[in-house]
Amino acid sequence: MASRISTTMDAAAFVAPAGGGEPGTVGDIHASDPVITVRGGNVHYGETHALKNVSLDIGRNEVVALIGPSGCGKSTFIRCLNRMNDTIEGARVTGEFRLDGQDIYAPEMDVVMLRTRVGMVFQKPNPFAKSIYENVAYGPRIHGLARSRSELDDIVYGSLRRAGLLDEVKDRLDRPGTGLSGGQQQRLCIARAIAVNPEVILMDEPCSALDPIATARIEDLIDELSQNYAIAIVTHSMQQAARVSRRVAYFHLGMLVEVGATDKIFTNPSHRLTEDYVTGRFG
Amino acid sequence: MQFSTLLLILCGLVVASFVLARRRAIATAGGYKGIRSLHSLPAYYGYFAAMWAAGPALLLLLLWSAASDPIIMGRVVEVLPEPYRSIQGPELDLVLNDVRVLAAGRGSGTEQQQALQGTAAHYQSLQAASRSLLATLAIFLALAGGLYAYRRINPRLQARNHVERVIRAVLVGASTIAVFTTLGILLSVVFEAARFFSRVPFHEFLFGMEWSPQTAIRADQVGSSGAFGAVPLFTGTLLISGVAMLVAVPIGLMIAIYLCEYAAPRVRALVKPVLEILAGIPTVVYGYFAAITMAPLLRELGQALGLQVASESALGVGLVMGVMIIPFVSSLSDDVINAVPQSLRDGSLALGATASETIKRVVLPAALPGIVGGVLLAISRAIGETMIVVMAAGLSARMTANPLEAVTTVTVQIVTLLVGDQEFDSSKTLAAFALGLVLFLVTLLLNVVALVVVRRYREQYE
Amino acid sequence: MNTELQPPDRNLASAQVRQIVEAGLARRYRRERRFRAYGLLSVVSGVLFLGFLLATIALNGYSAFRQTKLQLDLDLDPVVLGLGDGADAGVLASADYQAVVKASLGRLFPQVVGRKERRELNALVSASAGYILRDMVVAHPELVGRRITAWLPADDTVDMLFKGRVGRGPDAGGQLNQAQLAWVDELIADGRIALRFNTAFFTNGDSREPEMAGIWGGTKGSFFMLLVTLVLSFPLGVSAAIYLEEFAPRNRWVDFIEVNINNLAAVPSIVFGLLGLAVFINFFGLPRSAPLVGGLVLSLMTLPVIIIASRAALRAVPPSVREAALGIGSSPMQMVFHHVLPLAMPGMLTGAIIGMARALGESAPLLMVGMVAFIVDVPSTPLDPATVLPVQIYLWADSPERAFAERTSAAILVLLGFLLVMNMAAVWLRSRFERHW
Repeated sequence: MASRISTTMDAAAFVAPAGGGEPGTVGDIHASDPVITVRGGNVHYGETHALKNVSLDIGRNEVVALIGPSGCGKSTFIRCLNRMNDTIEGARVTGEFRLDGQDIYAPEMDVVMLRTRVGMVFQKPNPFAKSIYENVAYGPRIHGLARSRSELDDIVYGSLRRAGLLDEVKDRLDRPGTGLSGGQQQRLCIARAIAVNPEVILMDEPCSALDPIATARIEDLIDELSQNYAIAIVTHSMQQAARVSRRVAYFHLGMLVEVGATDKIFTNPSHRLTEDYVTGRFG
Repeated sequence: MQFSTLLLILCGLVVASFVLARRRAIATAGGYKGIRSLHSLPAYYGYFAAMWAAGPALLLLLLWSAASDPIIMGRVVEVLPEPYRSIQGPELDLVLNDVRVLAAGRGSGTEQQQALQGTAAHYQSLQAASRSLLATLAIFLALAGGLYAYRRINPRLQARNHVERVIRAVLVGASTIAVFTTLGILLSVVFEAARFFSRVPFHEFLFGMEWSPQTAIRADQVGSSGAFGAVPLFTGTLLISGVAMLVAVPIGLMIAIYLCEYAAPRVRALVKPVLEILAGIPTVVYGYFAAITMAPLLRELGQALGLQVASESALGVGLVMGVMIIPFVSSLSDDVINAVPQSLRDGSLALGATASETIKRVVLPAALPGIVGGVLLAISRAIGETMIVVMAAGLSARMTANPLEAVTTVTVQIVTLLVGDQEFDSSKTLAAFALGLVLFLVTLLLNVVALVVVRRYREQYE
Repeated sequence: MNTELQPPDRNLASAQVRQIVEAGLARRYRRERRFRAYGLLSVVSGVLFLGFLLATIALNGYSAFRQTKLQLDLDLDPVVLGLGDGADAGVLASADYQAVVKASLGRLFPQVVGRKERRELNALVSASAGYILRDMVVAHPELVGRRITAWLPADDTVDMLFKGRVGRGPDAGGQLNQAQLAWVDELIADGRIALRFNTAFFTNGDSREPEMAGIWGGTKGSFFMLLVTLVLSFPLGVSAAIYLEEFAPRNRWVDFIEVNINNLAAVPSIVFGLLGLAVFINFFGLPRSAPLVGGLVLSLMTLPVIIIASRAALRAVPPSVREAALGIGSSPMQMVFHHVLPLAMPGMLTGAIIGMARALGESAPLLMVGMVAFIVDVPSTPLDPATVLPVQIYLWADSPERAFAERTSAAILVLLGFLLVMNMAAVWLRSRFERHW
């Protein structure tokens, strides 16, 4: 009980400086070749202040893991990056969010274009009520990326191969995607996301609904994908963060507490809260 | 004795049984202190006795009221004065009705009623005898039942279990009424339809191209029983329902889509009650509107365009029927579209799809089984709809696919064949039941298929 | 990986994707806007239609709540009435009051003498004016021998003209000839024609004379019918719902019952009418046209609605209530009747009211059981022949007189008013007793 109180007090002491200056994040928020840059990001859901003054870069071809206890704002953060918060009633986003230097929330930023460039994989696999083939072909079809059936075939087969799913499903591409196992469904969703060749892939706890074997496959896949894409992955599992990511960002009560190289965060965190969390004292 | 007096006495007996039995239960337990030695709470002993007092007597009342009048009337017919003795059928019913009216003291002094005075008096005396016999028997039964239960009371009697068993039986009985209703519909329709098919061959009815039942009742046509080919009715029904569906399905579906996917919560909260009002308007109002407002409107519009629009055109009827069905389609689709998980929409939006692309390519395909189920139910409603077509559609059977002409429907013919004074045995009235059978079977098929489809769909997302 | 079966990997460069998407954006947004507009259009057309429907009916019907009446000076002369001395109530009731009315008109227009002209003049006042006068005199016998001034209903032709529903000539729908028009003008100039509240519309039964036709018969018929429906269908529906939701085992028979209930909820109403005709009237020999039979038919129709609503209400009671009751030693029956049922009752009542509202608007099955007859008398028990409001509307809608069109719309307004009240009661009940667990 005592430790719970002391951590809350720490958190209270940790509130960003008054006047909205630099946030009090420990560690280096910068990436060498950033594709996404966020400065002073805030999100309000009605009365709730869900994300408080967060600044973070995500670099090209790197995997950043976002960790922290439930409700700490990690999911909110990544949903800002492709404006999925737009669909939530009463959500208000302020601060600077940039993709390749372009303001994500600028009026001239087209949300269709943004989401084509920033793909997303969700917590629960959500294949459409269509065939496996049509699931992957969905993005290319709506954007008109393929001019012929053979081009579309190429994209679908290529995406399935890169998602490591092709060998398992190539005989039943016309069967419904919902008939696959949970892990296969999630890889189908990844294939669906990469079929439009995004620059960034956001993953919101992609393995939380999967068994360990399926999880391991997805983690391998993330590793492979990181050669071509910037990936931001929200996870509850510190082991997963340690396995797949190059950098880790620790969120607490809507604030970004600490950012650092994965090794450092897990072996020698600088902030009390991060230490408490990674050593399992709460979370 | 008045019926209400008898009921009052029976009620009194039931209440008395309850009170006495309860008191005796407490007494057998040795007063309030010994209550715990009773198997059930004292009130249950009261209910136990009350049930014994009420049950048999009520059963008797029910049977008596169903059976007594036919029996009495049978006796009355035997003593009818001479000129009336030989008549049969509907005329006899008229005569007996006069007897009833006279007996109730509402006679208006017609010649026939004067002649029937004696019979009415006889009827009255028979009725009085029946009533007093009933009263005696019912009171006796209530007393006997109450006494029987009263004497059975002892602390070991499982009164609550007895009472609950009876309640349970009543509940089970209530739940089977739906089955008996279906059975009743089926039997009554099938029975009469079978009599019809013994006069008009089955295939002639189902595949015949000409429908003119009016000729059937002419006396000089005994043997040749008019034309009962129902195909023009089927095509007419389909034409009107088709127009209605063309209105209701796209508009209803688009309303559901707009309210689920686009509208702000405030707009939704405003529009849904309006649609509920539309759904709550009685069909007779729609029928009146179709006949008085829509038909002349279309006729004038047709004239302006140089088209010949019949004043009872299938188009006008179908349009109004379609509007009536819009809220039905929209509320069913609304449920179904809302049941599509948000995660599917998110998945599509996250790929850069616009809202309409998401709806058309992800939400609607996912909701399709449910929507199809809803549309099937809507079709079933359209072909069974009666008042709108009775008031605004035509009477003459015509086979046409032109919605500007007047057609008639199955339900219109059922009503015209059965409303008014007809003998119950003519091919004409029996034909209505044959049409009713077709209507029932078709809607049954549609409903069951729709219910199965919708249930499957629900399970998919639960 | 076995590569020979797989087509070459075509990895579109991001820039290329961006270019293609950019090119299609305008077209896609146009489609988006169009789709959204269709949706909005559908909603607006639904709302507009409702508005149009209600507005036409209200505009057609509001004037029927007032009736054109003529002010006449009536000489209740015993000689004209055909009364001798010492008239008692029976003789008073059978006196010739229409003669008094005619005499009064004759005094106003002494110049009218010809037989045909006199008949045309008398046609200005309702053919039933005498009955109204009779009721007045029977209630107040002391009036005999006196001269009284009374407002009596005008004939429907005058009513329609005065309300502006028809024009003066036959081309404009008017049914009065030149002479009659002149008399009416004279009466108007004398201030002897005015619109008065149409009491008859609310207190009378049906009539062939539009100015005497009222909805009270239909209203009372509807009331008796709903009473029968409620008394039968509510207890039965609730009992069935309790059994199916709380006690029934999951087996084929119960599945079959459920399929039956769901199907019955969607069976066309006219089929229930056929059932009523074949079973209640022809088999059991119950009287035609009686609200009792209509109520029986409609309770079978309403039963599935009530069962479905009651089951939903029972399902909304959380299992914790049941567990708590069983935990303190209630029998399952006590648990249901003491704890679950009271909590579910508001939901069940809401369902019952909605079912009753549907039954009130229903007419097709009632045509089958003979409730479509022309009945002047207002029913006083559920066994008297009667009609109901919607069927009254249907009957009037068929009448050729122009004045009945107005009264049909007015009757619709009254019916819609009843339905509105019932639905508002249901909404109120729902919001008043709604619980969120």
